[in-house]
Amino acid sequence: MVSFTLNGKPVSVSAEPGTMLLWVVRDRLKLTGTKYGCGAGLCGACTVHVNGKAVKSCQADVASLQDASITTIEGLSADAGHPLQKAWIAEQVPQCGYCQSGQIMKAAELLAKNANPSRAAIVSHMNGNICRCGTYKRIIAAIQRAAREG
Amino acid sequence: MPDTPIFRTDIGRRRFLAGAGLTFAVALGANGVVLTTPAHAKKTGRQVSAWVRIAPDESITILTPAAEMGQGSMTGVPVILAEEMDADWSKVALEMAPSDPEIYGYIRMRNGKPTRSMGIVGSRAIRSYYADMRKVGAQVRKVLIDNAARKWGVSASSLATVPSAVVHKASGRRMSYGEIAAFATVPAKLPEISTGDLKSPRDFRIVGTSVPRRDIPAKVNGSAQYSIDVDLPGMVYASTVHAPVQQSSPQRWNDAEIKAMPGVIGTVKLKQGVAVIADTFEHAMAARRALEVVWKDGKAAGFDSEPALDTAYLEASTDPKMSPVVLDKHGDDKAAFTAAAKTYKADYRSDFGYHAQMEPLNAVVRFNDAGDSVEVWEGSQMPGNSRKRIAKALGFSPEQVIHHQCYLGGGFGRRSINDYAIEAALIARDIKRPVKMIWTREEDIAYGMFRPQSFQCMEAALDPNGKVTGWRHCVVGDGKGLLQSGVKIPYYGIPNQLIERRDIAAHGVRLKHWRAVGHVFNIFAIEAFIDEMAVKEGMDPFAFRYERVGVSDRARKVFEELAGISDWKTKRPEGRALGMAMGNRSGALGGGVAEISLDKNSGVIRVHKIWMVVDAGTVVQPDAARANVESGIVYGLSSVLKERATMKNGVVEQSNFHDYEVLRMSEAPEEMRVEFIASDAKPDGVGEVGNPMVAAAVANAFYALTGKRLYHMPFTPARVKAALKA
Repeated sequence: MVSFTLNGKPVSVSAEPGTMLLWVVRDRLKLTGTKYGCGAGLCGACTVHVNGKAVKSCQADVASLQDASITTIEGLSADAGHPLQKAWIAEQVPQCGYCQSGQIMKAAELLAKNANPSRAAIVSHMNGNICRCGTYKRIIAAIQRAAREG
Repeated sequence: MPDTPIFRTDIGRRRFLAGAGLTFAVALGANGVVLTTPAHAKKTGRQVSAWVRIAPDESITILTPAAEMGQGSMTGVPVILAEEMDADWSKVALEMAPSDPEIYGYIRMRNGKPTRSMGIVGSRAIRSYYADMRKVGAQVRKVLIDNAARKWGVSASSLATVPSAVVHKASGRRMSYGEIAAFATVPAKLPEISTGDLKSPRDFRIVGTSVPRRDIPAKVNGSAQYSIDVDLPGMVYASTVHAPVQQSSPQRWNDAEIKAMPGVIGTVKLKQGVAVIADTFEHAMAARRALEVVWKDGKAAGFDSEPALDTAYLEASTDPKMSPVVLDKHGDDKAAFTAAAKTYKADYRSDFGYHAQMEPLNAVVRFNDAGDSVEVWEGSQMPGNSRKRIAKALGFSPEQVIHHQCYLGGGFGRRSINDYAIEAALIARDIKRPVKMIWTREEDIAYGMFRPQSFQCMEAALDPNGKVTGWRHCVVGDGKGLLQSGVKIPYYGIPNQLIERRDIAAHGVRLKHWRAVGHVFNIFAIEAFIDEMAVKEGMDPFAFRYERVGVSDRARKVFEELAGISDWKTKRPEGRALGMAMGNRSGALGGGVAEISLDKNSGVIRVHKIWMVVDAGTVVQPDAARANVESGIVYGLSSVLKERATMKNGVVEQSNFHDYEVLRMSEAPEEMRVEFIASDAKPDGVGEVGNPMVAAAVANAFYALTGKRLYHMPFTPARVKAALKA
């Protein structure tokens, strides 16, 4: 049995070693905002926060998460009121939207440690997250907007 | 802002019809969407369903028929209807229409006969629904006015509408749509609509103003439901392994061993694969990895894609025994080449392309207890076809299949054919449980349906004045119709043309539409070839097109605007260069300029800026349209710089994003500027016009920078380095 905090609530799951957080979150805890894209840590669609750090949940063994604090897109804010979520709407960022939970979670990690990131810092931080619809330009604009408008 | 759109089930549809207020229904008609009343439609025995409902509380519900894969037409199509009915957009709620093209489809001519389709492919949504949605909206508005006129005892012609209200200017009276809906009736025969009843584009209040897309709020908080997110009681998980050599069948596999693995519920033999079913998706994936299948020989066995371009394709390009398919012919190309003062010739190549939509292919299926009805959850670009094909695979009638449309985690043409949903249905029937079937990313690539690879031979004849009087374009490959999109050049004025397709023996590799398909390689060849001629003739590429090739008035406008916004004549800093190209798709015409630099040591091309001008007629949702074009540019650039699927002995060599690389943020242009030509013409498609011009714009800029030509896309570092040495 592994116990951790998920979006502020304590949860316990029994999991065989090698069970990845992605599937526990999606299929057992029914939070489906976190997406399966590649299963190999290559695309970032499954990005969540573990103790405040952006982690690719398809590569995170649940057995290693005892007592961890985990946040998914559903827990980023109570009412989609996080500055990034507001900026994402203002800039009309998502297209198909499938990668965007991961993009927002990755961006939230950046803003938490750098309130006013340069364009270069944004690109370098976000480069592990693929958007196949090519919304990169608007992602950058939305992160800059969130930094500006807080 | 009303709630995010509702994805309905058939139960919801009945509720919709029964709701209070004024309901406008649609029924099957020969010439587009026919709006009628539920009662009238019932009386005439026609199939009927609701399209628009106005409730006394002022809320207006509009069904939206367009699959939403990020292009925004789920919002854009109802905007057109709301415009003509003069609805207050803030009062409009959207519901996804059922997957029933006979009611919600647009009319499309197929083999000379009108058929209905809900296929959202080829950038069709806005342009295919535009005229019908305007007419339906105008009918609703007319009915509301007529009801108000009767109530007030005035003539209908003395009334006008403002957003969601009818007004009588003479008396200053005003009645809201909700108030009218409380007493109004819909006549048995709806008013005829003539062109004069439609709004003048000058009076549009919503069209052209970029209302926010309704799907976006659910896409920033994780609540948007894709089929991969559907969860049913008692649901089990499946994954499939297909033959490494595409299209071969399984003979036998280590079934007992697999069934003894943790959580495994069963295996199902499919025509071209083996499915494993387990209690969790991780167990299904583990069992899938452990599968050892003996396959029959597939047709693609022995096919090596890379050498084929230089052997079979090259040979076919000049093989006199072949009879090419003539795709377009004008004038007398032979005479033009015989009389030519000068001729040019060049060959171009392109590799297979994989869609790489972010949501791996999947579907969720549940049979009813009696086993005579099935529900399918899928994100589909062709929901009507999907329903029919699932029915056929199960031996059902389409009525026995309830198709629940979901958000699509990327389409790009791949989700216009539902082989994966059929598999899920067959698995669910066999295993007698609700099933969520997901192909792994590896499977999604290995069993992909690719944009075909191609070989292009280009020839041009110039007369003594240097005018291009003769044009020959031959596209060689396996893919028939997929090879030929974008091969015609109606925007150029070359008098003598012969455009052909040469089909080589099918490789056995599955092929499919891919965002603009043939336009990608055909326009690369056309526009790179014209650039090469322009340079050799010592002319600016814009001037060469105007003076030596000839361009249509519409194209001229795009070119001139493009030269302006890209500041074409201004020299770029050392190490940077510009290239330009033209492209058309789905009725829209667009030209682009790319500004690039090159790291000569690594062979990596960097595209810094892209300018693009598009004439797409009326642009209903400018911001969403701009997003579509930006998306097309990035998708195009990805395929131009990086993407290639290759087959060795019939087996796809790539397996995930480490070896099928797509463009990342650091490689995307730092600046993209997209402008639309102001126009009142009917809308054209904007979903795919962005990508076709990218290859040639980059290749032409590469020439301007290095004096070398790139003839084979993608322009990988290895190919760039080889070109620099050539």
